[in-house]
Amino acid sequence: MPSIEIIGSGITGLSCAAFFAERNCDVTVISSSNGPDESCCSWWAGGMLAPWCEMESAEPLIGELGLETMKFWEKFTSSYQKKGTLVVATPRDLPDLKRFGRRTENWRQVKEDQITALEPDLAGRFTTGLYYPEEAHFDPRQVLPELVSYLESKGVKFQTNISLSNQELNVPSKADHRIDCRGLAAQDHLNELRGVKGEMLLIKSNEVKLSRPVRLLHPRIPLYIVPRDNGLFMVGATMIENENRSGATVRSVLELLSAAYALHPALGEAEIIEIGVDARPAFPDNLPRILHKGKTTYLNGMYRHGYLAAPAMAKRLVEQVLGENTAPDHFEQFCEPDLSTGNM
Amino acid sequence: MTIKFYDDEISSRFLIGTALYPSPAIMLEAIKASQAEIVTVSLRRESGTEQSGQNFWSFIKDSGAKVLPNTAGCKSVKEAVTTAHMAREIFETPWVKLEVIGEDDSLQPDIFGLVEAARILNEDGFQVFPYTTEDLVVAEKLITAGCEILMPWGAPIGSGRGLNNIYGLRSLRAHFPNIPLIVDAGIGLPSHAAAAMELGYDAVLLNTAVAKAGDPVLMAKAFALAIESGLQCYQADPIEKRDMAAPSTPVAGLPFWNQDHA
Repeated sequence: MPSIEIIGSGITGLSCAAFFAERNCDVTVISSSNGPDESCCSWWAGGMLAPWCEMESAEPLIGELGLETMKFWEKFTSSYQKKGTLVVATPRDLPDLKRFGRRTENWRQVKEDQITALEPDLAGRFTTGLYYPEEAHFDPRQVLPELVSYLESKGVKFQTNISLSNQELNVPSKADHRIDCRGLAAQDHLNELRGVKGEMLLIKSNEVKLSRPVRLLHPRIPLYIVPRDNGLFMVGATMIENENRSGATVRSVLELLSAAYALHPALGEAEIIEIGVDARPAFPDNLPRILHKGKTTYLNGMYRHGYLAAPAMAKRLVEQVLGENTAPDHFEQFCEPDLSTGNM
Repeated sequence: MTIKFYDDEISSRFLIGTALYPSPAIMLEAIKASQAEIVTVSLRRESGTEQSGQNFWSFIKDSGAKVLPNTAGCKSVKEAVTTAHMAREIFETPWVKLEVIGEDDSLQPDIFGLVEAARILNEDGFQVFPYTTEDLVVAEKLITAGCEILMPWGAPIGSGRGLNNIYGLRSLRAHFPNIPLIVDAGIGLPSHAAAAMELGYDAVLLNTAVAKAGDPVLMAKAFALAIESGLQCYQADPIEKRDMAAPSTPVAGLPFWNQDHA
């Protein structure tokens, strides 16, 4: 079987490794860090598997990839929790809830008592909401190491702390195929790629308990809060059109925290464990792409849909690279032709 | 018919914002469908450090439209002036849409800070498009401060409520017949934009109504049609409202069985 060199150990690189390993390829993952850690976007993700909610603003492709991916995760990880998503709004922002419902599917309207039944700690706080029973969530920081152990058990080799220069990446790989999953670091090769800054918080509360991701709608500051083990909550996330990853701004943190406080005042007493910032790699249409250039294939542009789209995209990439292109027709438009003779 | 914004002749009466779209690709398509010649860009929020927003700004430059950088999110004179200077450097334009926000929730302009910032920027060679209320006295002070354009709100930013104070907007038009007036903010529907143009406003600036629509490209087109329609209506000098319907044909001589319907 062919040898595969995967560059990047975020969710995209690891997903590709999983599908190549499944075909018994000889897979090596090269990581510029210690493996999946805080140096990659995947570390900071919310871990919401919410293809229906995402349809509020994403293209239909994301929904299709998401449905496929959820089946993958459900089988793959024990931390997968199918508890749905609850979307609420304060009375003043109810028009936004109406719009959200109009743009999305597979929800049912819940009134105050049903909200209380779903999330007892939100009792009396919201009169109406939307419940998406089929959605799920997990903790990316549990899933990433789980993926690594799985891959190691499949014989995938990891080479960590190897940062390949552009020059080295221009030399053809010794492996049969090189798969470039470097995310934003691949900007030098993929000039349409941009970063979309995201800021998130990790807070810890012993007073508030939630069983599922809750989204609080707001015209300017939409918020989601994802429960994790041990009283932790991931609060996210801003979407800002710049690539600055040096730190979260005071304003963003203020906005996220006030939204969390609006969801439940007891969160005012929560501890701030972490303030995270990174930039999501995105193409102009905010959709992922597979690009072939000689012996290198790129998978990039996951935007805010890494966990939702990467496994489904990786599956397509593996089929293409191994020459068994069974991707459905609708997908073709998102795959660029072989670019080995053109400019990227 | 073109209109002059400071030194530039502009044909399209539609100014469109660049925030909140599902993706830059959709934003570019919507700008194209709007046929707008001027796009506004928020600097403060998207800038970070100087170079980090370049990628997004290059999309905006690619649209071919003239850029009207704005000082959205600035809450003091100093912030607004600093942001305007940054904008002038990045986009190489003397234009600036001046926003000094006085209230966080409604994003209502702080008109005191606005007049002050407008004076400083005009003296410094900027061509200021001030985001203001429909208040006549504030308008007068902005003009005294050197502004040659006024941009009163229709309603609070992003509220989609349309023209909250039609009487006030009408008065403003009557008081300043020779100053280009642009309704900025609060527009939700194409009919709101058409209504502003029917009042004799010179242009309409909006963002959320297009960017957050289910189909932003189609909505941009709808607004372009409405704005053009409102402009032509105003130019065509519409009839006045009356308290009772005015028959368009003489009633005398009609057969008696038609009299009731005349």
